[in-house]
Amino acid sequence: MPEQGLSWDVVADVQLLLQFHFMQNAFLAGTLVAVLAGVAGYFVVLRGQSFAAHMLSQVGFPGAAAGVLLHLSPVLGLIVFCAGAAVGIAAFGREVDAGHRLESAAIGSILAFSLGLGFLFVRLYGGSAQGIYAFLFGTILGITDRDVQLTFAVALVTIGLLAAIGRPLMFASVDPDVAQARGVPVRMLSLAFLLILALSVAITVQIVGTLLIFALLVAPAASALQLTARPGRGIALSVALSLAFTWLGLALAYFTNVPVGFFITTLAFVFYVAVRLVTARSVLISPA
Amino acid sequence: MSMFALEFMRNAFLAGGCIALAAGLVGYFVVLRNQVFTADALSHVAFTGGLGGLLAGLNLLAGIFGSCIAVSLAIGALGGRARGRDVAIGTVFAWVLGLGVLFLSLYTTARSAASGTLGVSVLFGSILGLQPAQVIVGSLTGLATAAVMLAIARPLLFLSVDPEVAVARGVPSRALSALFLVLVAVTVAESVQAVGALLIFGLMATPAAVAQNLSTRPWVGMALSAGIAVAVVWLGLVLAFYVALPASFLITGVGFAVYLASQVARRMGRLT
Repeated sequence: MPEQGLSWDVVADVQLLLQFHFMQNAFLAGTLVAVLAGVAGYFVVLRGQSFAAHMLSQVGFPGAAAGVLLHLSPVLGLIVFCAGAAVGIAAFGREVDAGHRLESAAIGSILAFSLGLGFLFVRLYGGSAQGIYAFLFGTILGITDRDVQLTFAVALVTIGLLAAIGRPLMFASVDPDVAQARGVPVRMLSLAFLLILALSVAITVQIVGTLLIFALLVAPAASALQLTARPGRGIALSVALSLAFTWLGLALAYFTNVPVGFFITTLAFVFYVAVRLVTARSVLISPA
Repeated sequence: MSMFALEFMRNAFLAGGCIALAAGLVGYFVVLRNQVFTADALSHVAFTGGLGGLLAGLNLLAGIFGSCIAVSLAIGALGGRARGRDVAIGTVFAWVLGLGVLFLSLYTTARSAASGTLGVSVLFGSILGLQPAQVIVGSLTGLATAAVMLAIARPLLFLSVDPEVAVARGVPSRALSALFLVLVAVTVAESVQAVGALLIFGLMATPAAVAQNLSTRPWVGMALSAGIAVAVVWLGLVLAFYVALPASFLITGVGFAVYLASQVARRMGRLT
């Protein structure tokens, strides 16, 4: 894609990287997404809700496609569908939690239908194969100014909400029973977080796509939680990691022409495996 | 009916029916044994394995079958240790898909533009565009999988419902579980051709979920699951012939509608 190659001059490389408007938009949206995904992801892993994140993102696929079909922004479609799915999980969550064997079969049926519906919408507006890959695996192309503005607004609202409920949410996530006994509104908090999660998923899908959401919303936080038990440091580390994966992934995708989803998942995966190996070894050496 | 005058429709009915038969039977046990997410993971492997196979100069089907079976054997060897680590598993399989994206991009840039839609057909199926070889492979493996599944159904049912008593009675627990995982892998690989890697639950989980809503008796449930899977695929194909919508969407759509109806029926039954 770039006309000139890479050099040892970092400033020139960055100029090369950001010379096109679509790349500036990708970096702007990517940075916002990475910060939000890092913070929200920390709570996702802490609360063991990675599966909910997975589900919400797959339900987002028809949303993104419907957004394009209706000549609206795909981000808007993502937000509507993800928020709707979050409300659904909140409404039927107790039944889903009942531990019945049908639970996973029901979820599987919903996911298959939702992905099929997304495929239908793409076909209805005559979308190309590349368009489908972009929804499923993320892209560095095609993030419009309007998408960046929407992303900015969503990130601002979501991070503000998280900052407001962060302390009681942490308490409720780590020890729900004690928190409940101390008068923390645990149910309200879990509803609020589900909505925050839906919004985070909706904008994260832009960068890594529906199918690779784990790479930004779960892996950095999981690595951070392996490295430190202190919440402040953990959240900071989680944000730093997701920023690093996103920036590196975007830059590598730009210079190599290989899809961004591959780089971000690989970076996240390699780092997570390395952290697991290091922590497993230190446990073996000094059983604390 | 005029649609059977078309060869691609006959192929789709034949291969789709055989694959659905296997998916319905195996899927019943997948749901019973709580292994839906193993099937999900294998479908990701199918995508990456198929494209990896093509890149390596092999056949798409060889890549899909080979990678699914290899990974199912690995999961079987890990046994219970691979369970319950959703973050680790999710991260691994996100990476597997990421790798598939790399293969897809390498393959499509190396070939003509016509190969650009190949990834879409692996992800969302291509039942109306099956090659003669795929029809033969799909039909034969579908029938063979269904036959093996029926042959081990009785001991596997025993093992799934009451593992401790089954082991005490001499049911070979490890061998049977491993064999079942291979059957799941083969079924996933077959189903990728019919509905695609992403919509596999539509064949492997939805009919089984409907069957469990309708009957608690295992043999009846198994028969229902297989019958519903075949009916859903055939009905989806009939619709696809008359309506210009993607066949894989229609198949999952019909399945989902049947599932919702069975859910309502179950609640009504409970109320009265």
